[in-house]
Amino acid sequence: MGKLTFSMGGVHPHDSKFSRACAIEELPLPQTVYVSMAQHLGAPAKPLVAPGDKVVVGQVIAEPGGFISAFVHSPVSGTVKAVAPRKDLAGNPVMHVEIAVEGDEWDPAIDRSQDLVTAIPDDKAAILDKIKAAGVVGLGGATFPTHVKLSPPPGKVAECLILNGAECEPFLTSDFRIMVERPKEIVVGAAIMQKVLGGCPCVIGIEENKPEAIASMSAAVAELGYPGIQVQVLKKRYPQGGEKQLIDAVMHRQVKSGGLPIDVGAVVQNVATSLAVYEAVQKNKPLITNVLTITGDQIPVSQQHNYLFRIGIPLSYIVEHAGGIPDSAAKLISGGPMMGKAISNLDATTVKGSSSVLYLSEAATRRQPETNCIRCGKCADACPMGLEPFLLNRLYKVGDLDALEQNAAQDCIECGCCLYSCPAHIPLLDQIRQAKGQVMGVIRARAAAAKAAAEAAKAAAEAK
Amino acid sequence: MTQTFIWTVAILTVLGLLLALILFWVARKFKVEEDPRIDEVEKVMPGANCGGCGFAGCRAFADAAVKAPNLDNQYCPVGGDEVMQKVASILGFTVAAKAPQVAVVRCNGTCEARPRTNEYDGAESCRVKAALYSGDTGCAFGCLGCGDCVAACQFGALSMDPATGLPVVDEDKCTACGACAKACPKHIIELRLKGPRGMREFVSCMNKDKGPAAKKACANACIGCGLCAKTCTHDAITVTDNVAYIDFNKCKLCRECEAVCPTGAIHGVNFPKELDKEAVKKRIADRKAKAAEAAKAAEEKKEVANG
Repeated sequence: MGKLTFSMGGVHPHDSKFSRACAIEELPLPQTVYVSMAQHLGAPAKPLVAPGDKVVVGQVIAEPGGFISAFVHSPVSGTVKAVAPRKDLAGNPVMHVEIAVEGDEWDPAIDRSQDLVTAIPDDKAAILDKIKAAGVVGLGGATFPTHVKLSPPPGKVAECLILNGAECEPFLTSDFRIMVERPKEIVVGAAIMQKVLGGCPCVIGIEENKPEAIASMSAAVAELGYPGIQVQVLKKRYPQGGEKQLIDAVMHRQVKSGGLPIDVGAVVQNVATSLAVYEAVQKNKPLITNVLTITGDQIPVSQQHNYLFRIGIPLSYIVEHAGGIPDSAAKLISGGPMMGKAISNLDATTVKGSSSVLYLSEAATRRQPETNCIRCGKCADACPMGLEPFLLNRLYKVGDLDALEQNAAQDCIECGCCLYSCPAHIPLLDQIRQAKGQVMGVIRARAAAAKAAAEAAKAAAEAK
Repeated sequence: MTQTFIWTVAILTVLGLLLALILFWVARKFKVEEDPRIDEVEKVMPGANCGGCGFAGCRAFADAAVKAPNLDNQYCPVGGDEVMQKVASILGFTVAAKAPQVAVVRCNGTCEARPRTNEYDGAESCRVKAALYSGDTGCAFGCLGCGDCVAACQFGALSMDPATGLPVVDEDKCTACGACAKACPKHIIELRLKGPRGMREFVSCMNKDKGPAAKKACANACIGCGLCAKTCTHDAITVTDNVAYIDFNKCKLCRECEAVCPTGAIHGVNFPKELDKEAVKKRIADRKAKAAEAAKAAEEKKEVANG
């Protein structure tokens, strides 16, 4: 099969994977870690520890706060100092558990050996329970709880599991490094998820600019010999790693507006999530580590790293350990340059989904002054969801929510292709994100009203 | 040649007359019967169509006013009592006079008092900025300074002060329509009673952080110390979530809170005289001493009575 890609829109930024040769190093422990209770999509977790409690590595310190939520485990051993709000990456207060590190004592149930366990357990429910109990969430960016995604609603059947190794964001190399260094674990993780989903085939999608990863993953697939797993080479194009784009590329199916991937029989998981699933199920290790890239556009190679970090380590400690903020850096970004967020608060801590700290230079990040729209249509060409960003921008400015909904502002995946391609430097994404929020509010309010009306009608019918 | 002219003019004239007749007939036949009072009411409205009353525009307000059983739920903030009295007289209702209100900016985090902790270079919109992060200062509650309120004001009553980075309300132009309060993502703009001769007291801060954190972020922040609430003799001040709030319906404008506030977060505006803080503090101290003496005397009396 040739190289595949998605059918609509997309842009081709330079991939800038400068840190691709940096092997994963384990980050030493700081004196204090701050574990956030909002590390996943959905309701924040509820802390189960109080100041003064002793914890060990891997011990549960918070339970899910709702159906879409996840367990949080202690990444270190030591004493809980405080359970208090602390500012997150965006400066908003979020509940954190502060733990003073004392030694490195692990929960004895965790298998810390490097041996590969290839035998897959038979009991699907037990596997799902283990994934849930390990607090595994999607590490591709959205941090959606994995056990929820692996339990398709009744009537829906998973026809294909897609492992996302596209890593289409420029600069980031954390997924690339784990595919090179730990391919077998990822493949076992994929086989476990296949089992849970009822034995559907699995496609591992990797972009063509990562030949080493393609080679190592293919070798691991061939060596382990699980049925129905194959590596698929994808063309290099952003945002290939977007869930809907990847489904389009691999299965040639489009998820309709407001639909979920499972509607077209797809389940997409990141390769890092697959590794976390492997560790949770085969090694009893909860999700307390992840790999993070430190890189930038004008940074010496000696300051570029791929770190295996414990969740809860403050960003400032990581930056300090990597040699401090370089002089050339004008902006620090957490995540990729396309969808990541500028870091305004280095005291913020790492979370399960942390993927990078980027140092971008003035030249690479400075926003150009906005000029008038010339109706060139580049944004509409670039939009991978087939939207018309210039129109949405205009509708948002006049506040026409009905028209925004008709033009599917709620389908925006916030990939930033429109903003990237706009020659007039109009902050299209910023405006459309606002519009999306407002339209989603309207849709949610309508759904809630409809539900209330249905319930009222039901109650009335029962009363009769 | 002449013949063509004559024919053209004749045909067009006949056609024009014919169409006019049809239009006349249609206008008669399909006329929408409307209460004539709607037009009358609309005439006395300010005509700004600002939406401050909660209706789509002045005509929508007039329409609703004519259909409503009374005017209790309707008020034109722009026209104020004058317009409401006119509307009431047209419709035969009576309305109670409402005290005029004005928009008040509850943030005094000037550039000097509130140092920038990072640089924002995104879209110049408070809404966008608020959605991205807590802001480019240590205070997550204060003015973001991108001027969404200025853009929302249809009366030119708001402007950004480049020296402080905060919006300034022109009290003469402000109609209290509330558009700015709706536009502000941090909800720092509040409609408050204008007060006698424009005099009013308010806490110009919304910072809910604890004292030390608030103070670190902004020198002018309310630190929630509660001195003002303890001093107030009119029970007008409450401190919730580490920030004080003055109820304008209870405030008697004695300015004691303003004098005792350690950070200057409480502002008094349009007072004829500058506040003499020392004199007011002395007054409070004297009053407290007297109260203490009285209490002591009462105590002694009680003891004597008890034997």
